This record gives sequence, structure tokens and C-alpha cells, in this order.
Amino acid sequence: MNLLKKLKSMDRNGNAYTFMYASVMVIIVAMLLALASTALKPAQNKNIDTEKKIEILRSIGMADGVEKASNRHKYVADNFNRYITNQLVVNYKGDTISGAQAFIIDMKVELAKPIEQRNLPIYVATLDDGSIKYIIPLRGRGLWGPIWGYLALNNDLNTIYGATFAHQGETPGLGAEISTIEFQKQFKGKTIFEGDSILTFTSVKVVKGGAIPNDPHGVDAISGGTITSKGLESMLFDCLSAYQQYFEKLKN
Amino acid sequence: MSEVKEREPLFSQKNLKLLTQPIDSKNPITVLVLGICSALAVTVKLKPAIVMALSVTIVTAFSNLIISLIRKTIPNRIRIIVQLVVIAALVILVDQLLKAYVYDVSKQLSVFVGLIITNCIIMGRLEAFALGNKPWPSFLDGIGNGLGYGLILVIVAFFRELFGSGTLLGYRIFPLEWYIKNGGFYENNGMMILPPMALISLGIIIWIQRTRNRQLIEK
Repeated sequence: MNLLKKLKSMDRNGNAYTFMYASVMVIIVAMLLALASTALKPAQNKNIDTEKKIEILRSIGMADGVEKASNRHKYVADNFNRYITNQLVVNYKGDTISGAQAFIIDMKVELAKPIEQRNLPIYVATLDDGSIKYIIPLRGRGLWGPIWGYLALNNDLNTIYGATFAHQGETPGLGAEISTIEFQKQFKGKTIFEGDSILTFTSVKVVKGGAIPNDPHGVDAISGGTITSKGLESMLFDCLSAYQQYFEKLKN
Repeated sequence: MSEVKEREPLFSQKNLKLLTQPIDSKNPITVLVLGICSALAVTVKLKPAIVMALSVTIVTAFSNLIISLIRKTIPNRIRIIVQLVVIAALVILVDQLLKAYVYDVSKQLSVFVGLIITNCIIMGRLEAFALGNKPWPSFLDGIGNGLGYGLILVIVAFFRELFGSGTLLGYRIFPLEWYIKNGGFYENNGMMILPPMALISLGIIIWIQRTRNRQLIEK
């Protein structure tokens, strides 16, 4: 009680009171935020995992029911186990790295390494009709922050079966449009290699002002979202090119 | 203490005014000209505008409440810093909760949650109102200002999404057959999705409001 009285009688514009007030406030707020962060971490991590699985499933068009699912986590886990039949990690020479887990690989860390040292995850999906799709994770830079996505390739390792893109903070209505279905469905049927017998890697170009109709390697860019569109284009090129030798090996 | 203090009813005339005034005659955006930056940034589409309006309302209301509760202890020289800490803590807390329980919404908001901290309306209300008033009126004042801000955001976003993308809340309003590329007569106004058009829309709203309410016109 003495302490309280002393506090009350303190000069509220004095230095001592000001310093004490600031310190106590900062400690209380820091503790509160630390507590909230620790308590909510497991729930947040589960959301992040589920989100990643949804994105992978979305690239093969198998996440459509997720909005209606009563138990989101269960629905996603079930579908993931059902369709994703193999997860592997390869190096740029196309050799499988045994013992590595594809799902926990952080693309941000891998892309910072020189290409020779990268661990490249790849997911193999088997659809209901028995066809095999290869899903490749992508990561790049948009205008304001990272963009990422998954690209599913058909068995020929050339034709795109589906693509999904996400972003952290692109401008809504402009760059953020890369995460819309309208933008993503343009990719279906495009090819990433050119030529008949000798294949050259071309990736997919994002064309400002609209791609020529039936261009096998071009999609329409987003008006007002040029930097995000260009970032997406280089993300596709950088991430896909690392798998070239693996594709070669698979084909032979 | 023999004198019995008469308790003010929770929704007295005066308190109700705190809620309704910011929506029109004391609107934070069109009259006080606060929070313009976020009004330009998040009004390209209707949905983020609505979510932003809700989040700002929650943060303004609760930061007003907290600051009003501790207003008598705050040292005058660091009051701005105290206000900032309260706002920032609230915004981070909201962000964490959204990430844990409504991940979808949190993805939509992304950078906007951070933008709330820099919204001058919140700071403005803390300085102008919460520091000198009791908790309950402060709380109402926060809600009122959040709604006033939200109303303008929604109006601007409505027109920008409609004429800029031909959709509302992502649903198509102008049929695709209308568009020139599909053989029609219509083209989206590309200007609408760029920030200058938000400023022009805001200007038009201010103009309309001032023709209706002549008291707002400065001499």
C-alpha cells in the first residue's frame, strides 16, 4: 500500500514516472504478445500445413470441395493422402536424394543456394483415372513480397495440367489477380518445351497486352500488375529450369 | 458522498450522437480528411474494403476504450508513444487471432492489417476524444468513426470494382458478352483500378456531401 501511495503522489510529468510508466507498459505488452504468439502457434502451423496441401491439391484440381467441407483439415488430409502418391526430392542432375522429405522443404532456403546444392521437391499425383501428374513447387518475387505456387505437368513432362499461384501482399485488384482462377486456368494446356525431336526449354511467358490466341507458351498478363506478372514469369523460368535434367531422365 | 450521482443511460441522446455524427457531419474521411491513404489503397475491390472497414472499427473502438481507461495515468510527454504501443499491440493480437482461427480472412487482409497501425483516424480519435472522455463514450466514438470510415470505403470500392472490373464482391455484374473483345460494346475503365480514380471518387463524394449539408462548407 505504501508503494501505491508513493506512486500516486509521484509527479506525473517527472522523468522518473515517465521512465517507469514506459518500462512497465512495454513489459506488459511484450508479455501479452509473447503469450498470444506461443498459445496460437500450433493452430497457426496447422493452418499453414493445410494451406500448403490445399495449394498442391489445387494444382491438380482436387481441392474444389474444400470451401464446403465441414472439417477442413480432415478433408484436405484425406484428399492429400489419396491423390499424392509419392513425394521425392531430387538434385539438379536429376538424381533422387534418399531420406529427404519433400513436404518440409522450404523453397525460400533452397532458392538462395546455388543450383548445384538445391534440394528440389517434386510431388507425384495419381488421379482417379490412373493418370500421373508431376507437381512442381514454385517460388519467386512479386512487387511487394514473395509469390509462390504449384505447377502440375502431364505425363509427357511438357504440357501443363494445372497451375495455382498465391502471394503474400500483392496489390488487390492488380497483382493479386494471379491467385484468381481466371488467371490460373489460362495455363492449362500450355507447353514448357519447344520443338518436336530436340526439345528446348521455353517456360511460359506472361504477355503484356494479351498473348496471341493459341500461343502454346504465352498467357495474358494482368493489366496494372506488370511487375507481379513479370515476377511470375521469371519464377516459372527459374524454378522449372532446375528440373530439366530430371525430366530428361524420367523420359528415357 | 450523500449526493446520488444520476447515471446516464447507456444510449442517451448524447451517446447516440457519438455513433451517428461520424457517419455524416463529422465523417473522418470526407470532413476531417483522415485515413485517405488507406482509402486509396484498399478500395479497388469491395471485399477487402469491407474487411478493412471492420478491422479498423474493431481496433478504433478497443484502442479508444483502453486509452480512455488508463487516460489518467498516462504521462503527458509520452502519450503519443503510449497510444502507438496500444494500437500496435491490438493490431498484432488481431492479426495473430485471425491467423489461428480464420486463416482465409487473414490471407485476404495480408498487408492491410499492418496498415491499420498507420491509420491516422485511430490516433486522431485517441488524441481528440479518448484522452478526455470516459470509457463508454470513447468506445462508441470509436465504433462511430470506424463505421463512418467504412461507409466511404465501401462507396468508393463499389464504384471502383463495378466500373474497373465489371464485378461486385467477385461476382460478374456486366455480362461478358458486353465486352468489345467478345463482340460487344463495353470496355472496363482501366483508370478506375488505379489510385488517382479513388481520389477523384472521394472528391465527388465530398462534393455531394457538401451540397447536401451546407454547414460543412468553410468560409
